[in-house]
Amino acid sequence: MLIINNLAVSINGKNILKGINLEVKPGQIHAIMGPNGSGKSTLAAVIAGRDFAEVTEGTVTYFGKNLLEMSAEDRSKEGIFLGFQYPIEIPGVSMVNFMKTAVNEHRKHKGLEPLSASDFLKLMREKKELVEIDSKLANRSVNEGFSGGEKKKNEIFQMAMLEPTLAILDETDSGLDIDALRIVANGVNKLKRTDNATIVITHYQRMLDYIIPDVVHVLYDGRIVKTAGKELALELEEKGYEWIKNEIEKVN
Amino acid sequence: MIGRNELTDIYSSLYRENIEKIRESSSGYINSFREEAIEKFIELGIPDRKNETYKYTGLENFFKHGYNSYFLPVESDFVKAEEFRCDIASLDAHGIVLLNGFYPTINGKLRQLPCGAWIGSLNEASKKFRDEIEKHYGKYAVSKSDGLIHLNTAMASDGVFIYVPGNVTLKKPVQVVNLVYSKEDIFNQHRNLIIIEKNSDVSLIICDHTLSPQKFLTNAVTEVYVGENSHFDIIRVQNEHNNAGKLTHTFIHQEKNSYASSNNITLHGGLIRNSTYHYLGGEGAESYSYGLYLADKWQHVDNFVNIEHAFPHCTSNQLFKGVLDDIATGAFNGRIYVAPDAKGTLAYQKNNNILLTDTAKMDTKPQLEIYADDVKCSHGATVGQLDKNALFYLQSRGINKYEAMLMLMFAFADEVIRNIKVKPLRDRINSLVIQRLKGELSRCANCLVKCV
Repeated sequence: MLIINNLAVSINGKNILKGINLEVKPGQIHAIMGPNGSGKSTLAAVIAGRDFAEVTEGTVTYFGKNLLEMSAEDRSKEGIFLGFQYPIEIPGVSMVNFMKTAVNEHRKHKGLEPLSASDFLKLMREKKELVEIDSKLANRSVNEGFSGGEKKKNEIFQMAMLEPTLAILDETDSGLDIDALRIVANGVNKLKRTDNATIVITHYQRMLDYIIPDVVHVLYDGRIVKTAGKELALELEEKGYEWIKNEIEKVN
Repeated sequence: MIGRNELTDIYSSLYRENIEKIRESSSGYINSFREEAIEKFIELGIPDRKNETYKYTGLENFFKHGYNSYFLPVESDFVKAEEFRCDIASLDAHGIVLLNGFYPTINGKLRQLPCGAWIGSLNEASKKFRDEIEKHYGKYAVSKSDGLIHLNTAMASDGVFIYVPGNVTLKKPVQVVNLVYSKEDIFNQHRNLIIIEKNSDVSLIICDHTLSPQKFLTNAVTEVYVGENSHFDIIRVQNEHNNAGKLTHTFIHQEKNSYASSNNITLHGGLIRNSTYHYLGGEGAESYSYGLYLADKWQHVDNFVNIEHAFPHCTSNQLFKGVLDDIATGAFNGRIYVAPDAKGTLAYQKNNNILLTDTAKMDTKPQLEIYADDVKCSHGATVGQLDKNALFYLQSRGINKYEAMLMLMFAFADEVIRNIKVKPLRDRINSLVIQRLKGELSRCANCLVKCV
């Protein structure tokens, strides 16, 4: 589905990603862990199509297409979804209008007619239940005045509405209490199918108690320095990132 | 280049050439202001950039243009006004059409509404409502620095008159459609007087339209008296062509515990200058002053707001927002004056602007003069681009960049639009603003007269 080959990225001349290799297959859940400043969010943003970084080397292909040549909106319509670490507040744009526009853009891309108002509201209701989001939130402006937990639930709600093929959840667990974390994780699990995939970017193991990854990568200083099964997350939790740093220094 | 004095000369001779005709059709009381006003005008002249409140707006180009006539109507002119129908079918309003600032003669010139209020021609009303006119006319539109107000007092002879007695709530808004139509380039002026006695409630909608492509310049003065405990909303929608200049001066005098809001929605026009004066003349008065301006090409929109807190415990709020494209320019100047006795004043001001190009330009200037203690005042101004993070957020959900930009611009504008309480008008303005932001002509689709 997604093949990243030797991807190098710089921001304002500073090298952030230094040769990333990663392959995600349908049905898989990948976790990317790593200390602050290792480049996790940059990787997520580059896949989603944010144009703040310069790709200096490497390729990213998605179902055989060159992803780096596509606009952010086309990537979304092709099935890529980014759950933001810091969801943006957009005063004046209602959630309903925002989602209706997005869903209908996706439908147009698939050659489908726009949803009728009643079908759309039905869809909203259904998906709201999935993430136990307060009905009132949907009547407000996008993320405006939402609590940290509500913003994250809202990301999963949008994911549920758009049914992506590849979802990248960037620190979706940060700022969540344990109940909200369970709700968010349940939502992700319910959306899981054999033909879609998820990349969970996280600091901590606790999210991975609920969303069980097939593969865990450790990103450190712009490189994936370790890849293993779900047990790697537990090991990291126990030994801390110092362990990885020491190991790397040993190798060097 | 025509110098300042020469410009003033042109208009003072226009006065001399027309004053006899103007006097003939006006009442004695209104005429009694003219001589002094023209002297004041000659003293102050057409405001130039040395005038602090016109620093960012050059009027010379519009004033030096040789207008073929100073319009005085004949009956046939009013056929056009009679034909005009506002196409907002769901807008149930008491309608008035002004043609080049004059009240059509074909209709009854003054009519009484079932609730007891009167609407009609100022000229006509000056005969019937002598006491009220003498009490209020010329009392609020005073200026020590703006010659244009005096030019209007000297020459204007008609406009809208609204009289609402005490304890009356007008369920339907009053809608005034200002049409400018002529086969010649014309300069015109009108004068509105709105008197709302105690405990009453009125909404007034003013729509500015041009019906022919000639060069026009309008200089309009509106005086409003809002009595104790009364509620007044004025919404002005400006949709004129790029060759038209529109200068409006609105003076709202508020008594104790009254509420007044003004909202200037500028969709189109060559040169627009709106001066809005709120005088908080009694304890507990509240004023809200809103404005939205969308300008492109070489358009220029200037909003000047003057809030005077003369009594304690009054509240004022200003919110002006603009989107400027191409080489459009804009100006905002908001003055808050708090008199020495006006303790417990709350006064807020906000001006936010989005520039879509590097060549669009906005000048914004707060002016706070506070002479009282125990006062809360705040002001803030921003000039910037669309929020890139918000744009990416929308795009990342599959919304294309153009659509995402429209959504953000519309959301930006909505903060002003949502204050319009008359729902059919708010809906129409929503759709006009969307059309405008898309770069389409923002005229009302089914309007019988195509105005832009």
